[in-house]
Amino acid sequence: MIVRGKAVRLKQSDGINTDYIISGRYKFAISDPKELAKHVFEDIDPDFARNLKPGDILVAGKNFGMGSSREQAPVSLKAAGIKAIVAQSFARIFYRNSFNIGLALVECDTKDLTAGDELEIDFEKAVLSNKTKSKNIKITKLPQMLLDFLKYDGAVAYLKTKGK
Amino acid sequence: MAGQTIAEKILSRHAGKAVKAGDVAVCKIDFCLGQDGTSGLIIDAFEKIGKPAVFDKKKFCMIIDHSSPAPNQGTATVHKKMRAFAAKYGVKIYDVGEGICHQLSMEEGHVGPGDLVIGADSHTCTYGALNALSTGVGSTDLAIGLATGENWFKVPETIKIIVKGKLPKGVYSKDIILHIAKDMGADGCTYKSIEFTGPVIDALSVDARFTISNMAVELGAKCGIMNADEKTFKWLKRKCKAVFADKDAKYIDIREYDVSRLEPQVAKPHSVDTAVNAEVLKDTRIGQGFIGTCTNGRLEDMEVAAKILKGKKIDSRVKLIIGPASKRIYMGMLKKGLIEIFINAGAVVLNPGCGPCVGTHQGILADNEVCISTANRNFKGRMGNPSGFIYLSSPATVAASALAGKITDPRKYL
Repeated sequence: MIVRGKAVRLKQSDGINTDYIISGRYKFAISDPKELAKHVFEDIDPDFARNLKPGDILVAGKNFGMGSSREQAPVSLKAAGIKAIVAQSFARIFYRNSFNIGLALVECDTKDLTAGDELEIDFEKAVLSNKTKSKNIKITKLPQMLLDFLKYDGAVAYLKTKGK
Repeated sequence: MAGQTIAEKILSRHAGKAVKAGDVAVCKIDFCLGQDGTSGLIIDAFEKIGKPAVFDKKKFCMIIDHSSPAPNQGTATVHKKMRAFAAKYGVKIYDVGEGICHQLSMEEGHVGPGDLVIGADSHTCTYGALNALSTGVGSTDLAIGLATGENWFKVPETIKIIVKGKLPKGVYSKDIILHIAKDMGADGCTYKSIEFTGPVIDALSVDARFTISNMAVELGAKCGIMNADEKTFKWLKRKCKAVFADKDAKYIDIREYDVSRLEPQVAKPHSVDTAVNAEVLKDTRIGQGFIGTCTNGRLEDMEVAAKILKGKKIDSRVKLIIGPASKRIYMGMLKKGLIEIFINAGAVVLNPGCGPCVGTHQGILADNEVCISTANRNFKGRMGNPSGFIYLSSPATVAASALAGKITDPRKYL
């Protein structure tokens, strides 16, 4: 599986929590992912959602997705058009939630990735290519089950296909 | 075979084979739950899976606690959807006014030592204090568990945290965990199991232990487990088989904290791992205090606060909000006369629930307003306004700060 897109970055790099991804004051009142998508990162970067383009790849630092178990966090990022998230590390509940809904996460060194870089992620080969800077970065290889979740666009569709 | 940690033992028993840290195993689940912030998506995912029934009606419940009663139309619609699902599938729902999911799971006897529990709420790790492996998951994971009775788990490595010394007067379990969070950082235990142990943990009441396990996730941990002892069994009102780590269990880190000289701690905005001594912040004016949540909304917490507030008035510039974690606690407060003390002191007592902690209602901050809260999170915007400032502390420190109108070391009131 290969994902291509342009890197986008937030003003803040480390410790992006799920409250920052989608605030509690929206996630409880709104259930339409497209509506939620308009409010992602509103409290820390109010213009970010407006400037996102479908297919963008979000790049961040350490412990992305820390905090609450709200699945609305990856759901609203996916609905905002984000194709994959590349970070130094992820919080565990967010990690599971993202693959469960078919949003690709990539763990690798993100220091040298800048906004606007054209990225290509090859999940089978476990390599992220920065086309703009002609540089390859090794990424953490995914177990087959998580790759399958991505292929089927989420755990539910995967389980249904497998008849479990 | 090498010795096992508590997490390895519990997961092995539920996988039906011996597993060790790093393995991925499919395990049977003893109990699972959803709250009103996550159940809407659980229901959607469950119906997409298409099973005609839940795996076991007695092993799942839903709780309306996060926005309870409904503060707006969207939330009211979710609550209605939850009630309809509960009726259709014959599962238990704790409706408006019953309390916070984590308090109810434990009080109502749904969880106990050795259990494997998943909850669609990150603070499901609270039941670790009852010697369960309980962990927060998202709605799809929960729906898979609900449909099949099992889910996949990565067996975590374990960090052992030994708390020793003697806890000084006016210093509580909240101060211990804020201190540990400061030391280890908000990602210090990502994907790890923590075993909290040592003479100080043993000496704590079960209520006080919950506060520590509750905040394991604030360090990034999957779970924060403690040993079960006579106090645990008395709290549960039943004798059960406890799970202990083997003597030769493998830990990736062992930390020791001597709390004999620990002072009341306060974590600063906007991160949980920023605690300093309360005294350092003594000039910080506050506009709001909040005592409640799944971290510190228990009867013992209320008693500590009431002792400080009894016969006194809070500062006229402060709103003090009290939120009991369950109906049972609320009734206990009534019986013990605590509600009268709080009201006479000038506080507001809410119905049981999560209250203002998640920022949906019942105490949203104004621009630049400062709140000191007994909750577990102080992220920017957490209490409904990104321009607000949230400090975290024990109930005693919140009560003392409400009296003084600024952040205050509670020991001068004890």
